[in-house]
Amino acid sequence: MSDARSRMVARAAQEIAPGMVVNLGIGLPTQVVNHLPADFPVCLHSENGLTGIGAMLPYDKADRNLIDAGGAYVSTVPGSAFFDSAVSFALVRSGRLDLTLLGAFEVACNGDLANWKIPGKFSPGAGGAIELAQKARRVVVMTTHCDRKGNPKLLDACTLPLTARGRVARIYTDMAVVDVTPDGFALRELAIGISVADLRAATGAPVTIPHSDIPTF
Amino acid sequence: MKLPDKTLNIPDAIAAIPDGATVLVGGFGVPGTPFTLLNELARQGQRDLVLVKNDANEAGMGIDHLIGNGQVRKLIVTHLGLNANAIAAMNSGALEVEFCAQGILAERIRAGGAGLGAILTDIGIDTELANGKQLVEMNGSAMLVEPALRADVALIHAAIADPFGNLGYAATARNFNPLMAMAATRVIVEAEALVPLGGLAPEAVETTGAFVDHVVELTEISQEYGIVRR
Repeated sequence: MSDARSRMVARAAQEIAPGMVVNLGIGLPTQVVNHLPADFPVCLHSENGLTGIGAMLPYDKADRNLIDAGGAYVSTVPGSAFFDSAVSFALVRSGRLDLTLLGAFEVACNGDLANWKIPGKFSPGAGGAIELAQKARRVVVMTTHCDRKGNPKLLDACTLPLTARGRVARIYTDMAVVDVTPDGFALRELAIGISVADLRAATGAPVTIPHSDIPTF
Repeated sequence: MKLPDKTLNIPDAIAAIPDGATVLVGGFGVPGTPFTLLNELARQGQRDLVLVKNDANEAGMGIDHLIGNGQVRKLIVTHLGLNANAIAAMNSGALEVEFCAQGILAERIRAGGAGLGAILTDIGIDTELANGKQLVEMNGSAMLVEPALRADVALIHAAIADPFGNLGYAATARNFNPLMAMAATRVIVEAEALVPLGGLAPEAVETTGAFVDHVVELTEISQEYGIVRR
């Protein structure tokens, strides 16, 4: 992982406050747990029916019946619980999920999120992403600032099929921390070595720049 | 008074499934997938099936055998990204796929199992999953009508069962199994361990055998149930 990306992951870990119930999406978001102290009080939720996700296990130590929603072999912690898929999403939809960190194909400056379908190329189904994005109390996106071809992922409007409308509050990228506000994207922090001009050039919508000094990460 | 014995051999249990049946299949990834029952269904070759499952397993595993054999007419699923064969069959038009949000699939099945007609939800209302669905207003909010899902058959994997069909599940292998075990006319369970009546404490029973029709004991846990080294 690039240095900027690992600093993004470390910075995003600060989203998690003591006492929260949190769902971490597949991919980069699952790595934020590596930046939490071992005794940090948080309840991690997995869609396939687990609260209290423990460390990932190597194959030779894995339990064949204990995976997270991404298929990784995980462990329990003291106080973990198992439940069925209806209970799992009851927790998501009823407002008990304080925070979800999700990946993205596109995020719009009004908080729209597209992360499940690229018509004609990639249509695997959304799994639990629609419910997570629509119902978690706070929805935060972690993504590279641009796609592999260098195209901006932060846009005026999503072009891909939506996962949820107007739900993203904040975006952590390898270039910046950006909030979604009633006035659109607002820059909060910049990655070390990134200028405001770099950020504007890599973003597909206007970004409000603070007048004061911009913190770096 | 004694509770009835519902144990049966695997071929006879699966032979009760007709062509054209709608079949609920437990499992989320490997855990909870009834591989042995699915392999017997692939061997017997019933056609024109509608399968309902969280995911399409992976290539060469579970329901992928049924898709590969051309036994599946339609798949109702939340995600099939780990099975390139299923994606190819969907893209070529050989396999009809209906996507459902994961928790809404669970609730549709739970509603079917509970004898209800539908659920109301705003999940997916701003997405293409809302296309073609009935909208109603409830308590001042717009809601989609999501019909209950009830099937001809459910194929269930349990960690432990007694002969009556009382069931217990392991870790994240429960997932859709307890819901699907309530939502079919004929519920067929494969169990890793079969204990005598009374061998499961009443408090430990997660699905009452009153919902279950057939119990088969797995005499071996094949490689498909094992750790997948990706």
